[in-house]
Formats: sequence, structure tokens, C-alpha cells
Amino acid sequence: MSTQPRIVEVRRNVLKHNDQVAAALRQRFHQAGLFVASLVSSPGSGKTAFLEKTLTLLKSKGYRPAAVVGDLATDNDAARLARSEAPVRQITTGTLCHLEAAMVENALEAWNLKELDFLFIENVGNLVCPSSYDLGEDLRLVLLSVTEGEDKPLKYPTIFNSADVAVVTKIDLADAVEFNHAAAKSNIQAVRPGMLVLELSSKSGQGMDDWLTLLESKRKR
Amino acid sequence: MVRALDGSMHELSIALSILEVAGEEVERRGNPRVEAIHMRLGPLSGVVPEALVSAYELAREATPFAESRLVIEEVPIIVFCAKCDAERPVRSMQDFSCVECDTPGSKLVHGRELEIAALELIE
Repeated sequence: MSTQPRIVEVRRNVLKHNDQVAAALRQRFHQAGLFVASLVSSPGSGKTAFLEKTLTLLKSKGYRPAAVVGDLATDNDAARLARSEAPVRQITTGTLCHLEAAMVENALEAWNLKELDFLFIENVGNLVCPSSYDLGEDLRLVLLSVTEGEDKPLKYPTIFNSADVAVVTKIDLADAVEFNHAAAKSNIQAVRPGMLVLELSSKSGQGMDDWLTLLESKRKR
Repeated sequence: MVRALDGSMHELSIALSILEVAGEEVERRGNPRVEAIHMRLGPLSGVVPEALVSAYELAREATPFAESRLVIEEVPIIVFCAKCDAERPVRSMQDFSCVECDTPGSKLVHGRELEIAALELIE
């Protein structure tokens, strides 16, 4: 028996379990004809207002949207989103700073996915932890409000790099906070070349048409 | 409402996943003593190496890994540069352009790694 350590190559993805659950979810979503988008951002960047507006507009167009929303505590966000009359489920994570695929899977248990057209997953407000976890979504949005400053992408490059679309929110306040649109866009392109950027205001509705057009075209594909 | 899984911070969740995956590998090999777990970690994994080591030291207590170290190899960000027609490192996380020709790189080849590369075993 030798006491010299032996190095054994393993090569195992640490998040394989999450990735497997996410892949199974993605397959279920596709089979049900459901388009799924997730939202990540820092707390207070307007995820819930954006989602409420999105759900309301999609319903008015005759679609059947639903949302799953993650928070450390309270079901305030679910209550706000329920005003859109779309089905909403809250995931309370307690102390966990991100959603994992299994939590989404559990939250969907009571729903027949075939009766839905769009599903939105609002992650916990956090620009760090959610980046590691695939949730089975087709599209990941990272939100950045004009009040947060143009350099957010440079400070949190990982989350921007894990997302597909950047959404600049609260654009109605841009002038008041002297938001530099060009600097924000250039910072986004620096950390994620080619990333699609949308600018909008959930309050005034400006830019929401482009967002809905994007959703409709992605779902058809 | 749906109850969350356990874990109190991101790196702690990751450390618990490492122990689970490494545990499977060790069991498959007849439960030898583990000296170290070697990880490959990319800057875009969303995991901070120092925080992961601290979390691991907490998580390993009262497990068969209590005496084992976590050794982290940091993997650089590599993109496929269309202009160079080759895999190239980028300038930085804040500047995703080819170090050779400055072309923005959108095809990521390496940088998201969060994997157990090897186990150091005493058999």
C-alpha cells in the first residue's frame, strides 16, 4: 500500500445536477410550445414593474403569460404581478441568493404548461450569484436602470456575459439623472460584444413595443 | 409558496455541490482517502476563488473530506477570434477583445469552467 498521493483525472462539471434539471425543463418548455425568459438585475432596477407591464400587454394581445418570481422574503412581488391577472407563483428563497433549476421545477408543478404561451422567471435581485445557474430559459435578460450608473456592466461583467439581452429601464428618468446612453451601450458591448440592448420605460411604456415584438418573433422560431 | 433548497450563500451552495460530485467519484473508487480536490475555475463561472475556498473549509467539516484541500486552477477567458481565425485570450473581463488584433470576441471557448479536474487520492 502506497502513501504517495495519486492524481486521478475526473473532469466533472460541479453544477451538472442543476444543468440536467435545466435541460429537462428546457425540453418540457419546447414540447409545450412555451417561450421562457428569465430576468436578472440588482435590487430596485425595476424587474417587477417591467414584468407587470409585460404580462398586462401580452394578456391584452390575447397571449397566456405566467410568471415565477424569486425573492429572499415576502410575496409582495407576486401580489403586484397578480394585478395583471396572469398566473403567478412566488419562490421564497429564505437566505439563498439565487434561483436554481429545481426550484423553478417545483414552482411549476401545479401548472399545465400547454395552457401557457410565455413564462417569465424573475430571479432574486442580485448581480453576482444567479449567473452560474441555468434555469432552462430560452432568453436571459439583464436589467440595468438609468439610476444605477453607466458602469454597471464593467463592475459585473460575469452576469452581463451570461445574459442574452440587456434592458435599460426607467428611461423616462434618463434626463433627470444625466444618463449617458452612449457610455452605457459601449460598456455593455465591451463586456459582451454583439449584445442586443433595449431601452424602455415600464412607466411611460416607451420602448415596450420593441420588447413585445422581440418576444413574439423569438416565440415563433 | 415554494420552499427553497438549503445553503446560505452562492459559494456555499457551490462547495456543497463539489462535495457531492467528488463524493460520487470517491465512492466509485472504493472510498480512498482524499488529499485534495483539484478544480478548474473560469472568471465567468460567477464564483470567486477565495470565497469558494472559505466556503469549502466550512462545508467539508464532518464529511470524509474534512482533511482534504481545495486546489484551484484559474482558467483564462479564451474566445474564437474570427479575424485571426484562432483561439485567443481577451484583454480583460471589461474588454472582451482579442489581445492580438483588438477584434471584439463573441464566441466564448473557455472562461465559464466550474469543474472538478482531478482528485488526489491515497490508496
